[in-house]
Amino acid sequence: MHTAAGVEARLPIRSDMDLVWVRQHVRQAAARLGFGLVDQTKLVTAASELARNTLVHGGGGLMEASHVVSGGVDGLRLAFSDSGPGIPDLDRALSDGYTSGDGLGMGLGGSRRLVHDFEVESAPGAGTTVRVTSWVTGPRHPRGGH
Amino acid sequence: MSEGFSRPVAGHVPVLRLGDVLLVTLQGDLYDSSAQQLQQDLSETIARSGVTGVVIDISGVEIVDSFLGRVLAEIAAQTELLAARTVLAGMRPAVAITLVELGLTLPGLRTALNTEAAMELLARPVVASRSGGRHEESP
Amino acid sequence: MPEREAGGSLGTPTDEVRDFLRRRREQIAQRWADEPLFRTVFTVSRDEAVEAGKAVVDALAQVADAQRVEDPDAAGFSAVREQLARMGAARARAGLSPSQMAGELAALWPPVENLLVADLDQAPPQGLRECSTTLSVLLGTLRLVAMQTALSEGQALIDRQRLQLLEVATPVIKLWDGIVAVPLIGTLDSARSQVVMETLLNAVVEQHARFAILDITGVPTVDSLVAQHLMKTVAAARLMGAECVVSGIRPAIAQTIVHLGLDLGTVKTRASLADALGHCLHELGTNIVQASDSAGRR
Repeated sequence: MHTAAGVEARLPIRSDMDLVWVRQHVRQAAARLGFGLVDQTKLVTAASELARNTLVHGGGGLMEASHVVSGGVDGLRLAFSDSGPGIPDLDRALSDGYTSGDGLGMGLGGSRRLVHDFEVESAPGAGTTVRVTSWVTGPRHPRGGH
Repeated sequence: MSEGFSRPVAGHVPVLRLGDVLLVTLQGDLYDSSAQQLQQDLSETIARSGVTGVVIDISGVEIVDSFLGRVLAEIAAQTELLAARTVLAGMRPAVAITLVELGLTLPGLRTALNTEAAMELLARPVVASRSGGRHEESP
Repeated sequence: MPEREAGGSLGTPTDEVRDFLRRRREQIAQRWADEPLFRTVFTVSRDEAVEAGKAVVDALAQVADAQRVEDPDAAGFSAVREQLARMGAARARAGLSPSQMAGELAALWPPVENLLVADLDQAPPQGLRECSTTLSVLLGTLRLVAMQTALSEGQALIDRQRLQLLEVATPVIKLWDGIVAVPLIGTLDSARSQVVMETLLNAVVEQHARFAILDITGVPTVDSLVAQHLMKTVAAARLMGAECVVSGIRPAIAQTIVHLGLDLGTVKTRASLADALGHCLHELGTNIVQASDSAGRR
C-alpha cells in the first residue's frame, strides 16, 4: 500500500516551453528524493515523452507530481492528463512502433520501459490520463540539487 | 525556480565552422523549436559552404528523448544526402542507457567519445558504403 | 569439588538445574571455552571466551529460576541475545551453514551433562534422569534462541553483502590505452546487469576508452534475459562512441544461444578475452609481434 503525500506540483502543458519546465521540475524532484543519475534520466525522459503526448495528441493538459511512499521506499508519481480525443486502441498505442503524431513511435510503449509502474486511463472523447511512478532503488544517493 | 536549473536554450544554436567541419555544441535543455531550427540551419549551411562533416557535441545534454533523437537522426540522414558525414559526440552514459531502454538505438548514426575523436573519425577516408555506420578504415 | 549433601532428597528438577548451573558456572564456562563455538569466535584470549560462557550460563540459570526452560522468549535470554547474534554472525562469516552451526550448539551439551552426572551421582536415578531431561530441554531452548538470532543476523548480512557484491563484483580493468574490460563472474540478474552496464559505461568515459570488453567466461548460463542485457550494453556503448566486444562465450553457452534461437544480432563476439584484446588492438592500429630473437617479447 502506498501513502500519497499529496500533490506537490501542478504544471500546465500548453507549449514546448512548458515541456522544458516539466523536465526540469521532474529532474529536481527526483534528485531531491535521492534517485540515482540513471534513474533520474529515465524518469525525466519518460516525463518528456508523456508531456509531449499530452501536448501533441491531447491538445494540452497538465502534469501533477506527487511524492509517494511504499514500504519505506520513496517514489515519485507523475500524472499527465488531457481532455483530448482519447486513445481508441490502447493495446496498439502501447505497442512499439505505433505513432499517430510526431515522433518515432516510442511515446507510450517506450516510456513504459523507463518507469516502474505505468497505468493509462482513456476513452474515446473522454481524454487521457497516464500515471507513472518510479521508486528510489539501491543504496540511497546523497541529496541532489547542487 | 532558480540556480539548479540549466538554462533552457531558445532560438538559434550556434554553429561553428572549423575547416571542412561544422561543430555544433548542444548544451542544457533544448526547446523543440530550437532543435528543429538547428536542423534547418545545418542543411542550409552545408549546402552553402560545402563542408564534408558535422560534429554535434552533446556532452552537455542531460536528456535526449525520442523527439530530439529523431531530429539528430534526421540531421545525419540529411547531411549524407548533401555528401557530408555527421558524428554525434560525447553522449553521457545515463543518456545512452535511457535511449536504449526507450528503444532508440539510432543505428545509422556515427558516434564518438568526444569532439576530438569525432574530428579524427571525419579525417579518415571513407571506405565501403556510407550508410552502414562505422565503416571507416583504421589508421 | 563442591560437596553436596549426600543422599539428600532433590528439589524440583528445575530448581536443581538452576542450582547446578550457579554452582558449576565457572567449570561449565571453562569447558565451553574449548568448544569450537566459543573458541573460534572469542579469539583474543581464552578469558574472553570464558566470560562469554559465564554470561550464557547466567542466562540459563535465570531462565530456570523463572521456571521457563521451554520458553525461547523468556526474559533471561534477552541478556545474551546480542552476544549470541554476534557469535552466530561470526560463524556465518566463517562460512558455517545453519546445520553446522546447530551442530556446534549441540556440542555444548555433553560437557554440561558430564558435570551434572558427576554432581548428582549420589542422587536417585529417577531424580538424575529428570534433572538431565530438564537441563537438555533448557539447552535445546538456548539452541533455538541462538539459531533464531543467527538466522535473522544472517539475513541482514546477506542483504548487506548483496549490495556490496553488486558494486564490488564488477571491477573494470584497463587493458590498454583506450581499452577497458569487465570480467563477469557469476549469475547476471537484472539488478546486477544494470550495475555492470553503468560501471562499464562510466569507465568508458573516464578512461576515454574506444573499446570495452565484456568477458562472460565466468557466467554460468546465458538466457534470453542475459542476452538482452548484453545487447543493451553494446547498444549504449555504441551511442557513446565506443565499441563493445563480448568475449568468453564457452561452447556450451554458444550451443544454448543457438538452441534458444537468441539473436545476438550486431554484437561483436570473440572466443576468449585474448582474442577480444587482439581485435581491439588491431582496430586501434596497434599490433603485437613476437620478437624474432629468443630474448623474449618486447
